[in-house]
Amino acid sequence: MEIFQDVVCPVCGCLCDDIEVNVENNKIVKARNACAMGTTKFLNYNADRISVPMIKDNGVQKPVSLEDSIGRASEVLVNAKYPLIYGLSLSSCESVKVALELTEEIGGVLDNQTSVCHGPGVQGLHDIGESTGSLGEIRHRADLIVVWGANLQEAHPRHMERYSYTSKGRFRNGKDDRKLIVIDVRNTLTAKSADKFVQIEQGKDFEFANALRTALNQEQIQKNQVAGVPVEEIEDLAEILRSCEFGVIFFGQGVTQTNGKGRNIDGLFSLTRDLNSWTKFLIMPARGHFNVTGVNQVSTWQTGFPYGIDFSQGYPWYNPGETTIIDIIRRGENDATLVIGSDPIAHFPPAISKRLTSNPIIAIDPAHSMTTMVADVIIPSSFAGIEYEGIAYRMDGVALPLKKLVNEPNNTKSDEVVLKMILEKVRDIKRRN
Amino acid sequence: MQDIIIKNGTIFDPINNIDGEVMDIALSNGKIVDRVNESKALVIDATNKIVLPGGVDIHSHIAGPKVNMGRLMRAEDHYRNLKPKTDVKRSGVGTSCPSTFTTGYEYSEMGYTTVFEPANPPLKMLHVIDEFNDTPMIDKACYPLFGSNWHVMEYLHDNKEDELAAYIAWTLRSVKGYACKLVNPGGVEAWKWGGDAEGLDRAIGNFGVTPREIVKGMCKAVQRLNLPHSIHIHANNLGMPGNYETSIKTLDSMREFAKDGKPIAHLTHVQFNAYGGSNWMNINSGAEHISDYINNNDHVSIDLGQIVFSDTTTMTADGPFEFKLQALTGNRWINADIEAETGCGIVPIKYKKSNYIHAIMWVTGLETALMIDDPWKVCMTTDHPNGGYFTTYPKVITWLMSQKARQKYMEKVNKRAKSRTALESLDREYSFSEVIISTRAGPAKLLGLNNKGHLGVGADADVAVYNIDLKKVDPAIQYWKVRKALRRADYTIKDGEIVVKDGEVVKSVPGRSYWVDSKVSNDLAESVESELREKFKDYYTIQMSNYIIAENKIVNSSPITVQAEV
Repeated sequence: MEIFQDVVCPVCGCLCDDIEVNVENNKIVKARNACAMGTTKFLNYNADRISVPMIKDNGVQKPVSLEDSIGRASEVLVNAKYPLIYGLSLSSCESVKVALELTEEIGGVLDNQTSVCHGPGVQGLHDIGESTGSLGEIRHRADLIVVWGANLQEAHPRHMERYSYTSKGRFRNGKDDRKLIVIDVRNTLTAKSADKFVQIEQGKDFEFANALRTALNQEQIQKNQVAGVPVEEIEDLAEILRSCEFGVIFFGQGVTQTNGKGRNIDGLFSLTRDLNSWTKFLIMPARGHFNVTGVNQVSTWQTGFPYGIDFSQGYPWYNPGETTIIDIIRRGENDATLVIGSDPIAHFPPAISKRLTSNPIIAIDPAHSMTTMVADVIIPSSFAGIEYEGIAYRMDGVALPLKKLVNEPNNTKSDEVVLKMILEKVRDIKRRN
Repeated sequence: MQDIIIKNGTIFDPINNIDGEVMDIALSNGKIVDRVNESKALVIDATNKIVLPGGVDIHSHIAGPKVNMGRLMRAEDHYRNLKPKTDVKRSGVGTSCPSTFTTGYEYSEMGYTTVFEPANPPLKMLHVIDEFNDTPMIDKACYPLFGSNWHVMEYLHDNKEDELAAYIAWTLRSVKGYACKLVNPGGVEAWKWGGDAEGLDRAIGNFGVTPREIVKGMCKAVQRLNLPHSIHIHANNLGMPGNYETSIKTLDSMREFAKDGKPIAHLTHVQFNAYGGSNWMNINSGAEHISDYINNNDHVSIDLGQIVFSDTTTMTADGPFEFKLQALTGNRWINADIEAETGCGIVPIKYKKSNYIHAIMWVTGLETALMIDDPWKVCMTTDHPNGGYFTTYPKVITWLMSQKARQKYMEKVNKRAKSRTALESLDREYSFSEVIISTRAGPAKLLGLNNKGHLGVGADADVAVYNIDLKKVDPAIQYWKVRKALRRADYTIKDGEIVVKDGEVVKSVPGRSYWVDSKVSNDLAESVESELREKFKDYYTIQMSNYIIAENKIVNSSPITVQAEV
């Protein structure tokens, strides 16, 4: 049996790197320290694998050689006028680099799960900036933790133990030294474990953030209640926020994907900025996929932009709402789509998914999904952080090395390798044309 | 690789005492050589052109988490410079925070071949390396931050000098750093509770050491480790009126650690550290005091951090400074604190000629450069992007070379600032040789890069050729011709290959990543490492094995090994 220490868990944005993995005969048999989500992936990742490349022929997906699938995928991409490349949040940064080069080569658009997730948070950052830090700062110093529109307990199970509420740091000895406030529309599991739960009306995050700012800046709120919360309670909350020693807000899609989107984040970032006139306060997004942050990082340093990057004019261009995947599909502008490790058919609004299927879809994925079921070309790939190594970025931007624990199945390659093969083939076809 | 011979160029090579002589330079196998077989070599005709060593930038924020946060915030900045893909170039964007490929290309097109990134948290060095791998054309390295590092402060508090030295050696080796950077020593730790350092001699809360003790302790450690570069220091109180006094006190506390006539202190972006006055109304240039100190002390070198009137982005590990700047300007603000190590702040800024303070800043940088007698102590930088973009270097160079160029600008700046400066009376004009010293030979020497900054036999074949005919052009008078020529090199040669021709990249090369491995005694190294292993899980949120960067993550890894005296 082989034992791997300090393995980075390739599931959520916490990227816990203290996992001990036991491997027997190329099979993972145990994953110590991992949460339920991590354990499930380490032990069951291999279920439901795609075993062979396939190409749709007269409406039926038929097995083909890897070369043929790469060839067909490349032809589709070269012939497309405005192809989309989407996904990558479960890939290594090395794969992202190849995907960017490929998108540049074919003059397409590279978009990522950020677009339908924490993208509005980035727009808030363009507008206001962000007072943030690494997760260890929270662990060592925070005496007030606010979770806003996020459910850490269920989506990031080890977040509190490793980085926040119950973690032990240099200046804080666990939850007795901290206060947890949850602001949410629902009484989630996280809300249930909080010292204080503030339930607000759905879609009122922007108003609520601004009411808090009003109270904080010692102005009169001209209403009896905001977002369903009485003014007195808002004023009390503002007092709690400003009188802590070191506070932090973690926010989730409850804020980024509800009414107001980017404006909500403007509100939250501005609130954090105002709080720094009183005390020390940070804010950070609780990012979902394990390397969604990495896709944003690599895209930003290579192109200047974090997602929704349009290369159709030869140079990178970015305008969320114009160059983002849902909007492009809704306008019916794309004529081919390459999906890497994602399932847009299952997750996008039905009308968008339907429209997506009216053009060729190429899917690179280790496992079956709704998207692979309708794809015209399917190329199996291996799992980053289990079957191939690379770099991933934690939700606070700390880069960590993913490990290779087991060999990939025969005839299966990493998406990094698959994308390189497509890129080479695309260049080959373009040279010949 | 084909040999190259550059014929009939006007050579400037101050290290080898060549000052504008017409000579041939031969290149073979990536090195400068005595001679090559002329019949087989590629000949570059450099008649009526100047031939220089490739540019060496000692301080430019080009990569890492801070720069990337700047890129992310300043999407609007990118739209001013959109670079399409070509047959040899990747696409890119950006002016104050350019994308990585564009950074490499634009430096190379300007004749620069070596650029060092001056400030990143050790915890995030894997990110820096990852960006270096995507920054082509230039050799790179990074100075990790140590000024508010918990381990450093604890070792100093406990008087463990040997352990401190060994810890620094371990960190540089583990995260692939090149030199030690101090930013607002102690002040960044204080900022994590919303405070700042208060003078050089007040202890930092929870750690019981003062900024002065941090500076001195680090000097001693760096000196014992025999690192190729000195302490790279951004002093306390940066950006504040009257701060020249803090800078001089800081430098003075470092003097005793210099040895063998080598500097122990590199006071970086001196312009931001050199103000007189007592408030924002009467702030003025403290250049006279700073330059006087540097003229009389050989343990100090500086780089300028000259400001150029433009819309740019300030970014520094000095979190408390950026907090003040956002309060002052009301501009967007990023803050990013890093556990157990350091912090970061980013604020966009528009330096305006009409603004009194900005005009004083402009004057302060130039006065300092002109008042320091020895050009070997002065590196030309803009602290990119803090003072201005690196692409404005030719402009700064012409200000140094031409009183006429300065005076022309002087007419446009804030009148009150103009009335309070001695700049107009300074008639010094840098000679070409002095410019080469402050942009090539000087920085290479200060960084301990013996194969760079000169054109002697055995040097790296990093060469730049510019279309300046010194028989026809007097830089003091036709300064705009010099500026134009320096912006786009006729040829840039990197490691013996032509990579830029007529100001355009013609070949993409990856460039090296340097880092320093200082060997301390085995026993000490082992005991410090096992002590670190104990502390690591209490200090950090990642495992120690994942903090150490494997060499195979680095494209063209180039370690420099030195023997420590501990």
